[in-house]
Amino acid sequence: MSAATASALISLRDASVAFGAVRAVRNVTMHVAAGEFIAIVGANGSGKTSLLRLLHGVVAHTGSRDVPRPSAVQAMVFQRPFMLRLSVWNNVRVALWLADRTMPRALRDGRADEALRRVGLGDLRDRPARSLSGGEQQRLALARGWAVRPGILFLDEPTASLDPSAKNHVEALLADFAADRMTLVMSTHNLGQARRLASRVIFMDQGRIGIDLPTAEFFAADTPGRAGLFLKGELSWLLDG
Amino acid sequence: MGALSESFATAFRLIVHGDPTLVRTVALSLAVSGSACLCAAAFGLASGAWLAVARFPGQRGALLALDTLLALPSVVVGLLVYLLLSRSGPLGALGILFTPTAMVIAQTILVLPIVTALSRQVVADALRDGGDQLRSMGAGPFTAALLMLLHERWAVATVMLIAFGRAIAEVGAVMIVGGNIDGVTRVMTTTIALETSKGDLPLALALGFLLLLVVALLNLATVLFRRGAGAPAGDLR
Repeated sequence: MSAATASALISLRDASVAFGAVRAVRNVTMHVAAGEFIAIVGANGSGKTSLLRLLHGVVAHTGSRDVPRPSAVQAMVFQRPFMLRLSVWNNVRVALWLADRTMPRALRDGRADEALRRVGLGDLRDRPARSLSGGEQQRLALARGWAVRPGILFLDEPTASLDPSAKNHVEALLADFAADRMTLVMSTHNLGQARRLASRVIFMDQGRIGIDLPTAEFFAADTPGRAGLFLKGELSWLLDG
Repeated sequence: MGALSESFATAFRLIVHGDPTLVRTVALSLAVSGSACLCAAAFGLASGAWLAVARFPGQRGALLALDTLLALPSVVVGLLVYLLLSRSGPLGALGILFTPTAMVIAQTILVLPIVTALSRQVVADALRDGGDQLRSMGAGPFTAALLMLLHERWAVATVMLIAFGRAIAEVGAVMIVGGNIDGVTRVMTTTIALETSKGDLPLALALGFLLLLVVALLNLATVLFRRGAGAPAGDLR
């Protein structure tokens, strides 16, 4: 067992995901180590979200997916977070209840308050969650994810549908989480965001990992092949090539 | 035309003066149909949530059968419950035929498919929207389905209103298993049928108005409740 495998929170070996005849992820082998902030980038349909869901374990797959510490909580923030028709506070409390049914009520309430304060929604705790703006809902989703103290937080294009101000808010929160040594895995179209936030970048290409490098190397190198074209913004024209 | 307007006037007087027979009949109708809806909710909502997430052999057939039962004729339900509860029937020893309990059982059977089928649809639609995210938070399929019942509580309230409307407006089942006994099992619909056949239109009309009024008030209460909770009035979900 290699050092990387030994310290990994999640390991994929020759893992694939298929939706009918479409193979969204093909024979991927990779590890996620504690404290990393991984950005998964790639063109539309390259398999970013499917890889994220595979890592999270919410999609059927072939090959191997190992989670050495299965007790560690995982959470995922989706591009369009689903909010129950409950108050902001109760949405966080439900997430905490789902993560740990045995958690004492007082602890759950305290954690919910703490999470909302952390994302700057403390004053909106009694508002219906669905009445929040898109940016506020995304921050609530982050509060929901953060509240359960996840070993890994997965983020599926968390700022894709937000305006620049809301995007900055969310990025600042993610930088905070990363500074606290939370392990984060995020799919994004936004290369600037990947460069600003991530410690490692994975470039997905037609369901395979094209390049997997530390962020500085990914952006510094004269990246060859399709990854280079993607960085120049030219790959989308060559998807069928 | 004169007879009709006279009937309306008499009906109005009966309602305004709180005629004891009218009050007793309306109270029993509300009690029987309300109890039937509570029983149907207890079984039907959980069953609907389960059916929205369960996968089992013959599921399509079961759902087809459930949808067919939406059109269950009330007289057929009455007949089946009558056969079950009659002296020679398997549950005859209970001795509850021609009692309000028998009427509650019959109406529960009548509205159970409505509650189950419609709540299944409500939950299935909601799960398409947010099921993945609830499951990613650690919810099992049935827990996610139950959370969706909470999430879609206004749609569920509408389902229950539909069920109540079906129960309180039916006449066939309660007539057969209740027997329309004055002061014991006589409800609004059976009284309307009886008084019309006797030619006593005012009481029948008064009950008809009240029947509509009860359903309208319930509908209004649901709308006001939804508005108070911030749900859009025109949006069933």
